Amino acid sequence: MSDTETLEASASKAKKPKQITMVQALNAALDEAMAADEGVILLGEDVGAKQGGGVFKVSSGLSEKYGDHRIRATPISEQAIMGACVGAALAGMRPIAEIMLMNFVTVAMDQIVNHAAKLRFMSGGQTNVPMVIRTTTGVGVGFGGQHSDMLEAWFAHVPGLKIVTPSNAADAKGLMRSAIECNDPVIFIENILCYGLKSEDPGVDYRVPLGKAAVAREGSDVTLITYGRTVLDALEVAETLAGEGVSVEVIDLRTIAPYDEATVTASVRKTGRAVVLHEAVRSYGTGAEIASRLHEALFNELKAPVQRIGGAFSAVPMASVLEQAWIPSKDEIADAIRTTMEWKR
Amino acid sequence: MTIDREKLLDIYTRTMKVAGFDEKMRSLLMSGKLATIYYTMRGQELVTSAMMAALNQDDYLVTTYRGQHDQIAKGVPLDLLIAEIAGRATGTCKGKGGSMHITHPATGVMVTTGVVGSGLPIANGLALSSQNKKDGKVTVTCFGDGATNIGAFHEALNMAQLYKLPVIFLCQNNHYGEHTAFADHTKVDSIVTRAAAYGMRGVKVDGNDAVAMYAAAKDAVDRARAGEGPTLIEAMCYRMMGHFFGADFSYMPPEHIEEMKAQDPLPKLNALMLEHQFPQAELDAIVAKLAAELDAAVAFAFDSPFPDADEIRKDVFEEEIAA
Repeated sequence: MSDTETLEASASKAKKPKQITMVQALNAALDEAMAADEGVILLGEDVGAKQGGGVFKVSSGLSEKYGDHRIRATPISEQAIMGACVGAALAGMRPIAEIMLMNFVTVAMDQIVNHAAKLRFMSGGQTNVPMVIRTTTGVGVGFGGQHSDMLEAWFAHVPGLKIVTPSNAADAKGLMRSAIECNDPVIFIENILCYGLKSEDPGVDYRVPLGKAAVAREGSDVTLITYGRTVLDALEVAETLAGEGVSVEVIDLRTIAPYDEATVTASVRKTGRAVVLHEAVRSYGTGAEIASRLHEALFNELKAPVQRIGGAFSAVPMASVLEQAWIPSKDEIADAIRTTMEWKR
Repeated sequence: MTIDREKLLDIYTRTMKVAGFDEKMRSLLMSGKLATIYYTMRGQELVTSAMMAALNQDDYLVTTYRGQHDQIAKGVPLDLLIAEIAGRATGTCKGKGGSMHITHPATGVMVTTGVVGSGLPIANGLALSSQNKKDGKVTVTCFGDGATNIGAFHEALNMAQLYKLPVIFLCQNNHYGEHTAFADHTKVDSIVTRAAAYGMRGVKVDGNDAVAMYAAAKDAVDRARAGEGPTLIEAMCYRMMGHFFGADFSYMPPEHIEEMKAQDPLPKLNALMLEHQFPQAELDAIVAKLAAELDAAVAFAFDSPFPDADEIRKDVFEEEIAA
């Protein structure tokens, strides 16, 4: 064993990479952003120390450190939370609205769609709304029809909004810092089922740029495009199919809108086949937009039509057996890929 | 109650500037020289002039589609305002906003919303920013009686009082929410009684009485600036025409029309000026000077180019949308 190897071995032993959960990653991103900029504030229900630092503990410890004037525990008033963030953003602050669950965002749609998204444009660029709307959701924990929806397609349809969702803790940290620094409104979707996922701590001041997808696994036969929690399913299915001799490239969009067309199109140009997967309802989902764009760009090069997989066309059910039937299963994902592979013109 | 002559003259000048603008707009619309949606504030000129006269130039304003009086009284230059209403590239918002979305941060006009009630939560955010930054600014948000029945009103007033924000909720109660009379949309006698529900200070005032209106405004501004929290002001006034320009208002009963004519703030203010020893000739000279300024503003607007089609790709995000 050479000296260098010995040194490396001892260094890695001494500095075992620290693992952090997504909740810790988000908490650290907020903490770093608040330390760096007085204008960063958080408004939301139960977010202060008096309320326990948020229902999912993402803001734990922050009100003690930065004060109640920067971590503002609010009444249950989503319109007022959102409007206050819009106003504070117009005045040059970088507010973060924590909306406990994505379905509750619907209560504040006017402020998001008519105001946050449009004020830069309608003012001719005189004002802008640098705010982050943090919210969480997720199918698979039995929360039922009003606590589980993924509504990203609603917002992707509105000019002026950016939509981000991390699939792992490191990305959560880097995307959150970038979202806070973005000069336009960003909807940051967290998934309850991902909060406990661990990544290697990417360290302080880590950033993941908005608008850039990641190739989560390289492959050559088919591109599986997804984001958020379903990236985990996608990677598992890719591993299974590798055993069948199918090489799946998995793309984690990370930013849903604006869509990283360059990365996705390049991958599908390479593989000639694509499947789009999301947890949100399949009908009129973002998968339809992505599939359509791929058909427009690569019609003559595609070896098979782009497949779409998404949630069933019903409210998210509560009973576990129904919930599992509702959500795209790994078998469904694998079957869609096999269909694409076996497609005959 | 008294008012100093200089302040009264300031209110008079703002009021007559608004009145001249409104008359000009209606004439441009009637003659077909301008075709746009326009919500005349005829009858509400004085309320807002007295309110804005109590503010500093850098205090914030959030108003609504019927808000041209608020914007002018706050100081938005007439040339940029009219150019915006006429959809010109030189307008406050490059022709992208129009009369319902006038924005002019240089004079503190941060948002004009076309959605009833939506300005109130936003005003809280501006005020919250001032509270955190300790910049001493006060935020005023204007709305009508109709806006007090939307949920945003309730949420905003509760939050403002909870945080003791330096914000003033100016309800210009013009007796109508769109085409529906006050008594047909609200079962309390006064909007101001709702302030008590939030533990907030509420003041009801005759918005056509310059002295009383200014006193109420000044008091609320002083309290907000001193960190004493928000005030809901209910300023009674009349919308002397329909909901939007050209709209039918035959639904207004004749006795209401008689009542509002008797309360027209313009002749009342003129009489008050004479009472305060301002000679009519001096007042007429002010109006003539404002008229000349207005004519120049209209000429500027109509001589200005329309925006380039490329503008639809700009200001969606900070970065331009690819062609």
